[in-house]
Amino acid sequence: MLPQRLIETLVGLFLLFAIVSLTVLAFKVSGLTSLFPSDSYTISAAFDDIGGLKVRSPVKIGGVQIGEVTGVSLDPVTFKAVVSMRIESGVKDISDDSSASILTAGLLGDNYVAIAPMYSNTYLKNGDQLQFTHSAMVLEKLIGQFIYKMGGGDDAGQSKGEKNANP
Amino acid sequence: MMNAMAGLGRWGMDNVREFGKAGLLLYRVLFCIPHLRKGFPLLVQQIYAEGVLSLLIIVVSSLFIGMVLALQGYHTLAKFGASQELGPLVALSVVRELGPVVTAILFAGRAGSALAAEIGLMKATEQLSSMEMMAVDPLRRVIAPRFWGGFISMPLLTVIFNATAIYGAYLVGVKWLGLDAGVFWSNMQSSVVFRADIVNGIYKSVVFGMAVTWISVAQGYFAVPTSAGIASATTKSVVYSSLVILGLDFILTAMMIGDW
Amino acid sequence: MSENFVEISKMSFAHENGREVFQDVDIVIPRGKMTAIMGPSGTGKTTLLRLIGGQLTPTQGHIRVDGESIHALSRKELYQLRKRMGMLFQAGGLFTHLSVFENVAFPLREHASLSESMIHTLVLMKLQMVGLRGARGLMPNELSGGMARRVALARAIALDPAFIMYDEPFTGQDPISMGVLVKLIKTLNDALGLTSVIVSHDVQEALSIVDYAYIIFDRKVIGHGKPHDLLQAAAPQLQQFIQGLPDGPVPFDYPAIPLAQDFLEGCLT
Repeated sequence: MLPQRLIETLVGLFLLFAIVSLTVLAFKVSGLTSLFPSDSYTISAAFDDIGGLKVRSPVKIGGVQIGEVTGVSLDPVTFKAVVSMRIESGVKDISDDSSASILTAGLLGDNYVAIAPMYSNTYLKNGDQLQFTHSAMVLEKLIGQFIYKMGGGDDAGQSKGEKNANP
Repeated sequence: MMNAMAGLGRWGMDNVREFGKAGLLLYRVLFCIPHLRKGFPLLVQQIYAEGVLSLLIIVVSSLFIGMVLALQGYHTLAKFGASQELGPLVALSVVRELGPVVTAILFAGRAGSALAAEIGLMKATEQLSSMEMMAVDPLRRVIAPRFWGGFISMPLLTVIFNATAIYGAYLVGVKWLGLDAGVFWSNMQSSVVFRADIVNGIYKSVVFGMAVTWISVAQGYFAVPTSAGIASATTKSVVYSSLVILGLDFILTAMMIGDW
Repeated sequence: MSENFVEISKMSFAHENGREVFQDVDIVIPRGKMTAIMGPSGTGKTTLLRLIGGQLTPTQGHIRVDGESIHALSRKELYQLRKRMGMLFQAGGLFTHLSVFENVAFPLREHASLSESMIHTLVLMKLQMVGLRGARGLMPNELSGGMARRVALARAIALDPAFIMYDEPFTGQDPISMGVLVKLIKTLNDALGLTSVIVSHDVQEALSIVDYAYIIFDRKVIGHGKPHDLLQAAAPQLQQFIQGLPDGPVPFDYPAIPLAQDFLEGCLT
């Protein structure tokens, strides 16, 4: 049996090792930037179709994340999807005629909200709603459009096709 | 035929009684408040015996598990051109599932079996009876510190397991297989959420810690005081602990899957 | 203070699995004297000590220890009473992770807040009584069986109890250790004014030091009295036990079918 003092020291080291591991996990592995949510304000936008957007999906301007989606609900009157977003207070001057669209990260990635800033002099405040939105691209609609185009522009397409077919 | 049914019924009733006895033991251990001044050194002693002495097996296992995960994961992901997702693959597998479960099973094998054997042996050599006759409550002096020691050690060991496994994956993925370190860490950071993944993993390890320690302590305390009885109690503690861990893991994952 | 330290009246006890151990037993342990409880193996002598110590509760009847009905006490009162009792277990029951010194010091540390030097002195005194003062630094696994029992005895008297129980103290000892233990038990009892109960099946040794003895057989007390009277008692059960006769009321042969029949039936299966 080791002396009591040595045992206590080893247990203390053990605890320290565990706390360090937890810190590493928290900050290096999970990207927790701080334990306390920084100051932020909330804005919202209404979309026809949000596709696969989820709570905690990122909100980006120019590819840089400035906040995240905090809630998704359905407006019972207009039947549009209302997305509420938390924007960091550091990003204050988003003009209120900016547009929000739902894009896909990479080819098969998750959806995120991209805000394209405009030039108006009034800025968004807490609780404001973005007026201009573009819905997510839904694959089925795209294919439908494509087929329609191929089928409808028949003469133009066929002649083009014949021209290209002949060497 | 009727005999078999009666036998089955009796076996069932015996098991229910065993469970009840273990439950009463748990109640008395949890709710008899120990002396803070006298009980603390005992607790520290037990955290040493169960936690610190398990560190070797946990660290070595986690290092190898992380390395193997990275190796296997890389070769499969590379086929889809998705090798930059190795970081998230390893981190999420370890933090959500492998960390709590493998740590718990290793803990059951090393510390749990030692607990069952030690308590069983103390019962067989009448040390617990002597303590009782000396007006010292063996539950407070012997059983409770061991129980709390396991309860506290398990989440600590799990967190250490997680960190070391991810470090092992980093070693293989970045240093050996040549992934870009920046891509590795940043992809990992964007897919691992602290509250949902890491904290849920820690909740799992706390539940597993309670289960493993309770089973091991109960098996030791109610062991038949012969050498065959103690051997049986030790193996049963490992087997039951492992099964309970896997079962609880499924239940907890099902409860937590909404967050993910 | 009553004249009897322990009074057991009309006590019956059966194990959980239904096996009856005692049926309507009356035993009286007088204060300040040494009493032996003897009987063949398996008659439940250790169980009797557990009943007196309050670890088990009789299914019927009363056990009064020092005037208190021991199985009716609350946990706290029971523990208070146990501080006045010492028990020497058959296997010694030393704590294997503590040294000899620490083992004897254990009850002192638990129940009395004494300074280290006081504890040191007391432990050395108790070890000196059993003749093992020089062995204080050894660990239990370094002790021989007899030495372990002596250390356990030192631990049992650490708190200066009024009552001490010995569970088979002479079993498996070589003649020298036996002599040592016999002398120790007798000297302690006289020097400290203890009430002692010795459970044993070593007839000669036990009867040589006790003042009174009970013999238990088949769930009942079949005889009790002063050692001198018992040695000359008439009952065949007593005689078989005291003289160590191989056959008598406790049969030599385990119950079986007659020999000739067994041989004939032997290989028919």
